[in-house]
Amino acid sequence: MTTLTDPEQTRNLLDRLADHARTHLQRRHRDNPVVIGIHTGGVWVAEALQQRFGDPQPLGKLDISFYRDDFTRVGINPQVKPSQLPLPIDDRHILLVDDVLYTGRTIRAALNEIFDYGRPASVTLATLVDRGGRELPIQPDVTGCQLDLKPGQHVKLQGPDPLSLAVVET
Amino acid sequence: MKRENLQLDSHGRLRHFLSIEGLSRSILIDILNTAESFTQLSTQSVKKVPLLRGHTVVNLFFEPSTRTRTTFELAAKRLSADVLNIHVAHSATKKGETLRDTLANLEAMHCDMFIVRHAISGAAHFVARHVAPHVSVINAGDGSHAHPTQAMLDMFTIRREKGEFAPLNVAIVGDIRHSRVARSQIHALTTLGVNEVRVIGPRTLIPDDIAALGVHACSRLEEGIRDADVIIMLRLQNERMDGALLPHEHEYYQLYGLTQQRLQAAKDDVTVMHPGPINRGVEIESSVADGPHSVILQQVTHGIAVRMAVMSLCMGSGARETAEAQ
Repeated sequence: MTTLTDPEQTRNLLDRLADHARTHLQRRHRDNPVVIGIHTGGVWVAEALQQRFGDPQPLGKLDISFYRDDFTRVGINPQVKPSQLPLPIDDRHILLVDDVLYTGRTIRAALNEIFDYGRPASVTLATLVDRGGRELPIQPDVTGCQLDLKPGQHVKLQGPDPLSLAVVET
Repeated sequence: MKRENLQLDSHGRLRHFLSIEGLSRSILIDILNTAESFTQLSTQSVKKVPLLRGHTVVNLFFEPSTRTRTTFELAAKRLSADVLNIHVAHSATKKGETLRDTLANLEAMHCDMFIVRHAISGAAHFVARHVAPHVSVINAGDGSHAHPTQAMLDMFTIRREKGEFAPLNVAIVGDIRHSRVARSQIHALTTLGVNEVRVIGPRTLIPDDIAALGVHACSRLEEGIRDADVIIMLRLQNERMDGALLPHEHEYYQLYGLTQQRLQAAKDDVTVMHPGPINRGVEIESSVADGPHSVILQQVTHGIAVRMAVMSLCMGSGARETAEAQ
């Protein structure tokens, strides 16, 4: 395991992601978005963003285990955490947050789950890292950094406090 | 020789759910935790997850049931499975078809899971032993043997009410001898490690060897529920016994009916449970069944989440085995 960003560099990366996200949303008049993080790393990043936005709204948390497309191959993880969307999301703008974007399958599952809670006005996708390797037509709207990794390498966000990024070889 | 555990796959994961006996504490906790996540579903506007989309679940009921069958059906539907309800009164078994032939026909229709209720103890095990490798079997009550999903929804309700199992004194009151619910509850409570399990009822309705299960038997209600944290009342099952074992209903209520007054012997924050259907004025006073200590309706609600958890855990491992074999 090699460190990619230490806690301070990670904070800077989060600052950058927050700036990008704020600008992106303002330009499109997507005011007062509901921030939703995907368990577990995405929730940490979402919390960090909300702090930087100074947003007092409760955070949404998604566990996409029940929406995964590989259930018939890997079964269900009993450590699944309940999803919590504390606000009605009908006609709201959503900022969907994850730590690492890879194949795009997690985001596909998250979008499906969000639409089972209601019909949002829009969904903006923010990820701390975009590591390439997409298998679905899903792209981030804003990202903290882009990496070009080999298939055997994985980026892992370590946390919750402090947050740091590492590359794990499998 | 150690008997192979029919309920687990080669990796020790839940494959069929037939009885609490033979399952470890960690599997029971996994079921409770997974169920906890499914309770959130009621906050979604679409109260469904796509986990079992494209799978077919068969409710195979050889005994009448409303609550258990409907909650299994609802649980399967909330997992997006297709559900088939087969009642024996309308089925070919009445025309002489054997259970094995019925199963073979259902398998030929590519069904993936059987929920079995049968009056004969061991029926669900029999089915599990004869189904195709990709099919999971869940016991929805067999004779006086086991009713494991009922026991797990009771454990779920207890954990929700009390938090921890370790400090609890739990009293089970009624016809222990004929009750598959009681048997499964006793196994679940001892596996989860409660402080004490007591069974209370007329001597004729308590099995002689009950102490072997690690519980204390008691024939006086007030004594048995003293300082109890949880009291589980059982339904008096007139259909399962002949008259000789049972005092008259009125006499039973005099001796074992849970009344407001008797409830005072238990702890102030006692939780009163009943698997239903309740016989008001036979085993429980109406004002207790509807009172602040009662969680009888919560038990029904929790039944859906717990059955979703059991179904998805079993189906996940069955599907995995098939995928790994390919």
